[in-house]
Amino acid sequence: MSIDREQVQKVAHLARLQLTPDEETQFTTQLNDILDYFEQLSELDTSQVEPTTRAIDTVNVTRVDQLQSTAVREQILDCAPDRDGEFFRVPQILND
Amino acid sequence: MASIRELHHQLIQKERTAVELAEAALARMDALEPQIKSFLTVTADQALAQARRVDAQIAAGEPIGLLAGIPIGIKDNMCTQGIRTTCGSRILETFVPPYESTVTQRLQQAGAVMVGKTNMDEFAMGSSTETSAYQVTANPWDVERVPGGSSGGSAAAVAAGECVVSLGSDTGGSIRQPASLCGVVGMKPTYGLVSRYGLVAFASSLDQIGPFGRSVEDVALVLQAIAGHDPHDATSLDVEIPDYAAALKPDFKPRGKLRIGIIKETFGEGLDATVEAAVTQAVEQMQAMGAEVQVVSCPQFRYGLPTYYIIAPSEASANLARYDGVKFGYRHDDPENLLDMYVKTRSEGFGAEVKRRIMIGTYVLSAGYYDAYYLKAQKVRTLIKQDFERAFQQVDVLVSPTSPTTAFRAGEKTDDPLGMYLLDLMTIPVNLAGLPAISLPCGFDAQGLPIGLQLIGNVLREDLLLSVAHAYEQATEWHKRKPPLAV
Repeated sequence: MSIDREQVQKVAHLARLQLTPDEETQFTTQLNDILDYFEQLSELDTSQVEPTTRAIDTVNVTRVDQLQSTAVREQILDCAPDRDGEFFRVPQILND
Repeated sequence: MASIRELHHQLIQKERTAVELAEAALARMDALEPQIKSFLTVTADQALAQARRVDAQIAAGEPIGLLAGIPIGIKDNMCTQGIRTTCGSRILETFVPPYESTVTQRLQQAGAVMVGKTNMDEFAMGSSTETSAYQVTANPWDVERVPGGSSGGSAAAVAAGECVVSLGSDTGGSIRQPASLCGVVGMKPTYGLVSRYGLVAFASSLDQIGPFGRSVEDVALVLQAIAGHDPHDATSLDVEIPDYAAALKPDFKPRGKLRIGIIKETFGEGLDATVEAAVTQAVEQMQAMGAEVQVVSCPQFRYGLPTYYIIAPSEASANLARYDGVKFGYRHDDPENLLDMYVKTRSEGFGAEVKRRIMIGTYVLSAGYYDAYYLKAQKVRTLIKQDFERAFQQVDVLVSPTSPTTAFRAGEKTDDPLGMYLLDLMTIPVNLAGLPAISLPCGFDAQGLPIGLQLIGNVLREDLLLSVAHAYEQATEWHKRKPPLAV
């Protein structure tokens, strides 16, 4: 499989990235090299193989759904690039 | 700098104070940082305050732990409350975490003295620490060369004696490869042994925190402090933690009981001849020390690299979706609308390698390609894991080179991402299988650059790995050699 410039633009949009024309050119070449490299996996017959999602088996961890207070509310809000009192400010998302 | 045990002895004998140890580390950082550039943030005030607490304990006659007063460096992808944590990225340049990672909290409680946050490849994506948005760390053995990566700052800081030990994180070799290139010991524990709470996520099914030190014993002592169950990390294993230092023995007695397997597939094309010779000699030495050595085949080993570069970017593309400029980190300052804010924030905040991996991950997970790439890679991951399972039916410990080459020159591979990825050939399969592995010095090349030996153990056999590594280390002189620094 190979990827062309148009697909690179589409993937960038999905990833919420804006590439410069130079980056587009460079990424198209590099991503093709990398995808070519992935091709060697097709040498392996995996039709009878189960996928591994985690290396070490774990069981689902549950806990009581209980409200817990946090002492760092102010510090969390302070991390915001644009804070308004107890809100995170973002550009307008609804029309007037 | 001396070992943890020696420094501990000096502290309790009141020959030196913890403040003196911290001052010595900070002075060495002052002298060496212009050359080495291991640290992104120096935490002198916090270090001296913590050292004073340890000194007060000693003065009051209270018992102190082995790590109390020991200067330590922390990779800048572990959250430290009130101390900025950049992950080597512009997008987190101003991020001051409101909470503490479990590992740093445990070290703090043990009295360890954090002297600073170390440089790294941006979001731990890289094998040379050159993708850091801030600075290029130098290899203390030759400042024209890279320290390896992604935990290059942590490895170089320990090699240069700027701190006694440090923490790194290892997703595909990011502790072991820089340990190898910087001539120090570095360990990646079993997936789940050390809590990832507060570690900035890269590839969640592979990431694991581990220690660097100048001896196997120092590494064992740090692992002891950070290992163990943490309810804040759902993948944290609830297992009993052995006494790692007590497992260290000077030899392999009884003879013939320890079975070591050389992974056939890690020798051959692409392996530097000097590295091959040093690793072969190390194996012969272990044989002479009483280990039974055999050649083991892991036929799917070479498929580890393509498998990893599908799985890790896939997980990364999802994990890094959170950097949208809303709640923390960098935000583009003049967006037209919300979408524009996301796009410009991310495009300006991330560097080229991070964008490349987000692109790979987004592509292989997109509709129509999922089965061909991601699902296929997860199935190959099963085959790689089965290879290791078979190998560990025959042997107790597996051996390979850590890196196919010694440290290369800065800038040499930055335009060739695939060439850079190939450097992780030997370390990546270990992460895919979740196994513990350690890299330790086993020789030097003609330019005097260190060579690393990788030992891989079965699940949760850190005790055995450390004991084998320690016995080999004690029988050799490699760890005693120091880099040629001006100070």
